[in-house]
Amino acid sequence: MKLLWKLLRQHVSVPQLVGFFLANLVGMWIVMLGVQFYADLAPMFTRADGFFCANYLVVSKRITTVGALSTGGQDFTPADVADLSSQPFANGVGEFVASQYKVTATMGVKGSPGFATELFFEAVPDSFVDVAPHDWHYEAGSRQVPVILPRTYLALYNFGFAASRGLPKVSEAMASQIEMRILIHATGHSENYNGRVIGFSNRINTILVPKAFIDWSNETYEPGKADNPTRLIVRTDNPTDERIMNYMDTHGYEVEDNRLDAGKATYFLRIVVTLVTGVGFLVCLLSFYILMLSVYLLVQKNTRKLQNLLLIGYSTARVSLPYQLLTLCVNLGVFILAALLLWPLRAWYMKMISLVFPQVTGGHVGPALFVGLTILFVVTLLNTIAIRHKVEGLKRA
Amino acid sequence: MQTIELNNLLPHVFRERKGTLRSDVWQRRLTLERGQKYLIEAMSGTGKSSLCAYLIGYRTDYEGTICFDGTPTTQFSSVQWTNLRRVVLSHLFQELRLFPELTALENVEIKNRLTHHKPLSWITQTFERLGIGEKLHAKVGRMSFGQQQRVAFVRALAQPADFLLLDEPVSHLDEGNAHIMADILQEEMRATQPAVVVTSIGKHLPIAYDHTLYL
Repeated sequence: MKLLWKLLRQHVSVPQLVGFFLANLVGMWIVMLGVQFYADLAPMFTRADGFFCANYLVVSKRITTVGALSTGGQDFTPADVADLSSQPFANGVGEFVASQYKVTATMGVKGSPGFATELFFEAVPDSFVDVAPHDWHYEAGSRQVPVILPRTYLALYNFGFAASRGLPKVSEAMASQIEMRILIHATGHSENYNGRVIGFSNRINTILVPKAFIDWSNETYEPGKADNPTRLIVRTDNPTDERIMNYMDTHGYEVEDNRLDAGKATYFLRIVVTLVTGVGFLVCLLSFYILMLSVYLLVQKNTRKLQNLLLIGYSTARVSLPYQLLTLCVNLGVFILAALLLWPLRAWYMKMISLVFPQVTGGHVGPALFVGLTILFVVTLLNTIAIRHKVEGLKRA
Repeated sequence: MQTIELNNLLPHVFRERKGTLRSDVWQRRLTLERGQKYLIEAMSGTGKSSLCAYLIGYRTDYEGTICFDGTPTTQFSSVQWTNLRRVVLSHLFQELRLFPELTALENVEIKNRLTHHKPLSWITQTFERLGIGEKLHAKVGRMSFGQQQRVAFVRALAQPADFLLLDEPVSHLDEGNAHIMADILQEEMRATQPAVVVTSIGKHLPIAYDHTLYL
């Protein structure tokens, strides 16, 4: 191998290799950067809420002026639910079941007087709520009821109520210290319960209790009273799926929360990243072309030597190997350097972004490395095949 | 491999001379057998080197067939040819095909490493016997053609072979060196019994040929 290399390294053009190296480096770096940028920023738009399964949407019917004046038309009929369930993007559809009785709740912290308000409860099937089962469990007849509150309530309490009354502010971590007394008024009687606040969610604007509690309490206090649901929860693999937007628009449904805005933002992010990586791929392709030309030229210049080696009994594979290893080394060098160069740039843009969005933690480096390795693999494979093919052609006069 | 059969072989360039060609090789049925020594005498331009290139599988611009032990060579794959050149057919090219940027020893080694057929001591001794012992580490590009011819000869022996094709091996050698080369060749033949096919345009490698053919 040493002798072979001594022989075949003749005419290896360093400037050409450096040219390829730099060009491919730029190309691969741009591609990896694009992928990494996407991986870092996408979670910001598609972040899961702690209490709910990763990808879900809350769907309600659009409230129009006419609809608001009449009483009907805002609820989902079983046919609506069935139709939505049959959509390809819907992995599961759950109904919001509302309490059929009046609820008054008093909330305070550590014995301090809280504020009292009329409330309502809602529940979704437990499979949609991503909380440990022992926290989200209700035994029929028990006086302890787990509750998830909208995060806006916390803001309301801290910045409106507590501030004006000189009461202590409550952080999310102190959720368990909130004392919540629940008074249920039903036809004929009223009863007290203790609410246990599990946490806050900014994804569902309702006061959520376990489905078991709603079922039991509706049956106990207002038996026989039941409405169609006015809101549905839909689990989906990809909340940014365009079909969702189309379906919701044609049926006059509204999707609560900012999920679809996130979808648009992700969409634009994706376009930008696609453009950038596209340019990167183009540079990679051109640089690959340079390398191929360079190797072809090298084979051409060393034709006589290669032919002689083949004639004295060297195999095509063995004669091709030094050039194949050369391209592999160059490509590997490009990949390693591109990956190393990605680091400082990533640190820089993450710093910039965290100034605006402090909660961004960044995605995995896996996808970028994977794409880089794929380019490395594909380019080297094509080089290897081309070199082998070229050398094989020298075997005959 | 025991035999090489040539059936009605004719280089494409000789097509127009089909009727008038007088040759013991072209357009004949000829069998070369292992253990025999053949001298192919020819004038320049009668296709010696073409014959060698056909036998080594480098060129295919001919009519007729060449069979190795009964198998037409057209059926051989690239890998099979590589193997034949490695352990069955050894060829001293008329144009030598040495690597000028390597030393004389490296030129032999690059071949010998494929099969590790000869020990280093044999190579150095043979260099000594051929009078190029001091050229062992000289770049081949700086050696005379006669010296290069001896290096190529040593290289041709640095592999196992059933058939040895020597294309004008002594064209640039003096009588003394030609005799030394003949001695070395005969020692090799005693050991492995290959067929030796030597071509010549006048100056013969002095060994006892079994057959003399006019091309």
